[in-house]
Amino acid sequence: MTAQPSRCRSCKAPAVIDLPRHNANFCAEHLVQLCNRQMIKAIADFDMFSRADRLLVAVSGGKDSLAVWDMLIESGYQADGLYIGLGIGEYSEDSGGYVQRFAHERNLHLVTIDLREDYGYDVPTAAVATKRVPCSACGLSKRRLFDKAAVDGGYDAVVTGHNLDDEAAVLFGNTLRWEVDYLARQLPVLEARDGFPKKCKPLVRLTEREMAAYCLVRGIDYVVEECPMAAGNRHLGYKEALNAIEKQSPGSKSAFYLNFLSKMAPLLDGQSAAAQGEVGECERCGAPTTGDVCAFCRLVEKSGTHEAVPVEMVLKKHRRRH
Amino acid sequence: MKVLLRNPKREIEVPGGRSVNRLLDDLELSREAHLIIRNGTLVPGDTRLDDTDVIEVRPVISGG
Repeated sequence: MTAQPSRCRSCKAPAVIDLPRHNANFCAEHLVQLCNRQMIKAIADFDMFSRADRLLVAVSGGKDSLAVWDMLIESGYQADGLYIGLGIGEYSEDSGGYVQRFAHERNLHLVTIDLREDYGYDVPTAAVATKRVPCSACGLSKRRLFDKAAVDGGYDAVVTGHNLDDEAAVLFGNTLRWEVDYLARQLPVLEARDGFPKKCKPLVRLTEREMAAYCLVRGIDYVVEECPMAAGNRHLGYKEALNAIEKQSPGSKSAFYLNFLSKMAPLLDGQSAAAQGEVGECERCGAPTTGDVCAFCRLVEKSGTHEAVPVEMVLKKHRRRH
Repeated sequence: MKVLLRNPKREIEVPGGRSVNRLLDDLELSREAHLIIRNGTLVPGDTRLDDTDVIEVRPVISGG
């Protein structure tokens, strides 16, 4: 006897994906509908922004950032893109290409910053100059430049493609170490304050698997290869651990993160350093900081004066470590 | 059937006659961390795969 193919929960057409956490299968059309509904629910539940706001979407060329940009535009929001060239060899060249094509095909406005051209360094060089893992310099550079571009461009909010897996993994790591300051700030919306723009994560109700499937059925071409610098990082290990739990108990990731937001986050309100009024201004660039000189200015100073480091050198060191 | 894997990119030959979920289990890959594309089309976990299929196993986890 031949088994019946899975059917879409909504229309009974052949399904393209099974989503155990919803105990359901979906066809392409209803998968897209599910993703849009979940994004709209997150925007409404956490009071992120309205269609009158100008949004700046931080795009990397990966599935999540291109998907959120696509979903926002399709839902009638005003959203421009911001891409930062990180100088991670071929990976950055490919990523930039996906972003450029996405924006061009849809006639969307894209702002581009290049770390090497605009700030005199790249991520491999910063990793060597600071003697820290590449992800550290990468994250710091992106956060500062997204903030600056949003404030300079008069945008109402920065939008990032952080999804449920990203947030659950960060929450897992912060909980393992009881990082109360970080836990108090791990919210899907951070309001604008002291020179920081408002920051929103509309994909927090959607998993990575759902976002990748969304891109496939919408025909969005994205960089599938993992960043070579990220291989073996702690964040990936947390995701694997959470996925092992999810396999045994579908819906666990969502319950872990969303129940944190509804039950735990209110108890942590006011516990972050920023909420306690410890943030001042960087004496060099004026950016908000807890020290005299912000971490980004210190990074630019160290890395910008360092001889350029080829990506292969950092990768070789990285591979030896893992 | 031909199975294309990523990170690193490679191609292996695997006998058909098994489901998507079974293929992922046999390859020791997490169902939550991968999608299966059969002959260019996304398919759910209980789909039966044939010897003549070309399968892409697409990882969905990113480390950022």
